[in-house]
Amino acid sequence: MSSTSTNFLQSSLGKKLVMGVTGIFLISFLVVHATLNSFIFFNDGGVLFNEGAEFMSHNPVIRIMEIVLFIGIIIHIVQALILTIQNNKARPIKYAINNGGSNSKWYSRSMGLLGTLLLLFLIIHLKHFWVVSRFTNEITSGEETLFGEMKEVFESPLLVIVYVLGVISLGYHLLHGFQSAFQTLGLNHPKYTPIIKAFGFWFSIIISVVFASMPISIYLGWIK
Amino acid sequence: MAINMNLTLKVWRQKNTKSEGQLVSYPVSDISPDMSFLEMFDVLNNQLINKGEEPIAFDHDCREGICGSCSMFINGQPHGPKKGVTTCQLHMRSFKNNDTIVVEPFRAAAFPVIKDLTVDRSAFDRIISKGGFISINTGNAKDANNIPIPKLDADMAFEAAACIGCGACVATCKNSSAMLFVSAKISQFALLPQGQVERKSRAKNMVAQMDEEGFGNCSNTGACEIECPKEISLENIARMNREFFIGNIK
Repeated sequence: MSSTSTNFLQSSLGKKLVMGVTGIFLISFLVVHATLNSFIFFNDGGVLFNEGAEFMSHNPVIRIMEIVLFIGIIIHIVQALILTIQNNKARPIKYAINNGGSNSKWYSRSMGLLGTLLLLFLIIHLKHFWVVSRFTNEITSGEETLFGEMKEVFESPLLVIVYVLGVISLGYHLLHGFQSAFQTLGLNHPKYTPIIKAFGFWFSIIISVVFASMPISIYLGWIK
Repeated sequence: MAINMNLTLKVWRQKNTKSEGQLVSYPVSDISPDMSFLEMFDVLNNQLINKGEEPIAFDHDCREGICGSCSMFINGQPHGPKKGVTTCQLHMRSFKNNDTIVVEPFRAAAFPVIKDLTVDRSAFDRIISKGGFISINTGNAKDANNIPIPKLDADMAFEAAACIGCGACVATCKNSSAMLFVSAKISQFALLPQGQVERKSRAKNMVAQMDEEGFGNCSNTGACEIECPKEISLENIARMNREFFIGNIK
């Protein structure tokens, strides 16, 4: 047979693999992020949390990973945009009636919407914490700590709601994305897929609850 | 005995590929619940012919669920609401008296409408021509039985080979992706010793043709597996991914 195949990364399956791999990479970041942020629950006035933040901002490995992380996010978003445009073109005339609910989960069909909500949230979130800690000298000068910044931001009930909504979008995005990434990698097995799916389900719930509990508990004054 | 039904059908009418189509309402009466969906369409077409109107064009051949010709999108689902059946095997008892049923053609850029409910699915044939075959002589039935194949592999290959190429997977997929079809065709050969000769290039070539035909990209919603009249498993798509990645590495 002649080998007329297109470039791997330009093929539908190659693009799908890129989405899956970047997705898993971003999931691994969430674990680190959620773990370090959970230091606030030691309720020691943010001492341990600030130490963690200090370590993360000075460790050269973390600094490099920060760049890799942003590249990962950008690839994931750009690839999603390309795929969405192609997929819309693949059905120029829509159905008058399409009973999608009979065969798939709404969040599986709404990954683009959930991802867009996540991106909007991410912009707000980066402005609150990343920009402040990296591009102003508020924290480096010692006049403010990241923990103090957190307490300040979550005084606003509106922002607490925005954060909780952002985290809900994340939860549903993960609910599809986690197990979907494994299918994309070709890992589908009658014995192991149910385990991956169950793990992905609980992972999505736990990550979301951990993240959501931070703004809520600070707002309610549980974290001193 | 069940009572005969009166129904309102909203059917997509389109003169040819280039013209614009629209949903047209037709009342049908005295429909037996034991009729198949296509038999109900025969009744409707007889009515139209008697009135001197153009009958509705729709694809059908074997009417026993194995040819993959019938291709109606009924009330938002390919082959209608029943699981594991084609339109020809869907019976009117699945509907209620006075129901309104919306019938559209399978919609995808790669499946252009020929007329009314008939679509051109020759994109599938072109994908098959890129690798959905084996080029060695497999001998007679006796020879096949002389090759030891694990039962599980034979069963999985058979289940993949059950794909009738109807295109329901494309029709229902929010992305109009053909990956369930292509993966079934790749899997049935990848699992058997006879399929090993072209194995390295098969997935690469078939996926390349699938992309060229303008099908969308799979996002793992799983809708295809649910709507497939032959209940082809998503495991095949994972296998296709493996075959494609390995084919590209080698």
